[in-house]
Amino acid sequence: MFDFLDSGQYDVLGAFWVTVQLTVYSAIGSLVWGTILAAMRVSPVPLMRAFGTAYVNVVRNTPLTVIILAASLGLFQTLGITLAGGGDFEVIGFRLAVLGLVAYHATFVCEALRSGINTVPVGQAEAARAMGLSFLQVLSLVVLPQAFRSVVAPLANVLIALTKNTTVAAAIGVAEAAALMKTMIEYESDAIFLVSAMFAFGFVVLTLPTGMLLGWVSKRVAVKR
Amino acid sequence: MTLRKAGFAAATALVLSLTATACGGDSGAGDDKINIGIKFDQPGLGLKTQDGEYTGFDVDVATYVAKELGYDEKDIVWKQAPSAERENMIANGDVKFIVATYTINDERKQRVDFAGPYFLAHQDLLVRADDDTVRTEDDLNSSEMKLCSVTGSTSAQNVNKKFAPKANLINYGGYSECLTGLENKAVDALTTDDSILAGYAAQEEHQGKFKLAGLNLSDEPYGIGLKKGDTELRKQINDALKKMVDEGAWEEAAKKHFGPADYEYEPAPEITETN
Repeated sequence: MFDFLDSGQYDVLGAFWVTVQLTVYSAIGSLVWGTILAAMRVSPVPLMRAFGTAYVNVVRNTPLTVIILAASLGLFQTLGITLAGGGDFEVIGFRLAVLGLVAYHATFVCEALRSGINTVPVGQAEAARAMGLSFLQVLSLVVLPQAFRSVVAPLANVLIALTKNTTVAAAIGVAEAAALMKTMIEYESDAIFLVSAMFAFGFVVLTLPTGMLLGWVSKRVAVKR
Repeated sequence: MTLRKAGFAAATALVLSLTATACGGDSGAGDDKINIGIKFDQPGLGLKTQDGEYTGFDVDVATYVAKELGYDEKDIVWKQAPSAERENMIANGDVKFIVATYTINDERKQRVDFAGPYFLAHQDLLVRADDDTVRTEDDLNSSEMKLCSVTGSTSAQNVNKKFAPKANLINYGGYSECLTGLENKAVDALTTDDSILAGYAAQEEHQGKFKLAGLNLSDEPYGIGLKKGDTELRKQINDALKKMVDEGAWEEAAKKHFGPADYEYEPAPEITETN
């Protein structure tokens, strides 16, 4: 049934490995950039708040395909920005895809975190301020540690969405799972259902354990109030 | 409240069923119409223009063949035949035949029959018009040269598996994306069949910007795909193709669509896919 896999033409595991790498790098990037955005959105500086709000609303409402294609066709093909990728298309494409994925998913991380910040009683921040802590200290020592613990489950959703959204990188030629699937459908068109089912199963294998693990973690670390 | 809910559900179901039938509904049109599969996005070969016209070499060949089969031009229903879906469209009976840069090969012959070939293309490179570097096949197989092609295409697969496994290749969803990079020198060459490249080079907005490198990297005999076992139709199409070449209509169509790119196309190939 799966005899088309025996030909050795298709490196399915290799393609999924690229998907995993895309996910991991983008997840780390989104978490960092999303936290900074959330800090901006709750900061006392009006300019930063305005930037955070504008960024989140614009990027969140732009389709990911548009962002990724703009990164490749606009930044790279037209402006020649390679993100220190040298001349190797594989590296350049991968880094641009990570850039696009981070830019997009950071907005969802930011909004999840902001909802977490809202669960922390105002009195905590007021007390911290009264002790003479600066805004950054209040945020990093008192508010964010509690906020993160309450938003593990929403962040898990963002991570799962991110895993699946890496398939958009196929549009700019990153050799991940969806790109291989496209090639396989062209050459094994009599086995379309098998090929699709195989890739669908691959993504279930990637996302299901993530969801279960983080669901368990979110129960463990949640702050009981 | 329940009435509103039921009404909403009914409306949803109606919309869903409408969209579901929209693509397959007219495939079983009567005898007076003929469904033909072509590409909608390949200038010079099969292109649906912005005002809804269909132009290109494949379109001319299909129109000629349909005329020989007894169908007027206005009886033709053009169907978009994306590369990956061609075999299924023929097998499901969505189209009578497909004229869409359809390279004849053994794997495809297991599922469909071919008539023709009606054109012989070669994989080639499209480079900037002011690029005077002489390219050879060996140049491809080094990371120095930056190549662009389309995800899942035969050309990309050829480069990867056959003649240049070490090539520095980027794949986009369509050839137009590659042209952006080619124009801005982010890539050095776009690779696919020379007929397709000539079509892009001959487009009004690209005229004079690009040229063909003239490497014969592979042979791509284009055939007309039809349902497996329909020997009657295959013979009719082959006869029509022969007549088209003899009458000079083939030459005329080729000159019209490939001429502006200075593309030296091969003469009409010998028909090999007979019964």
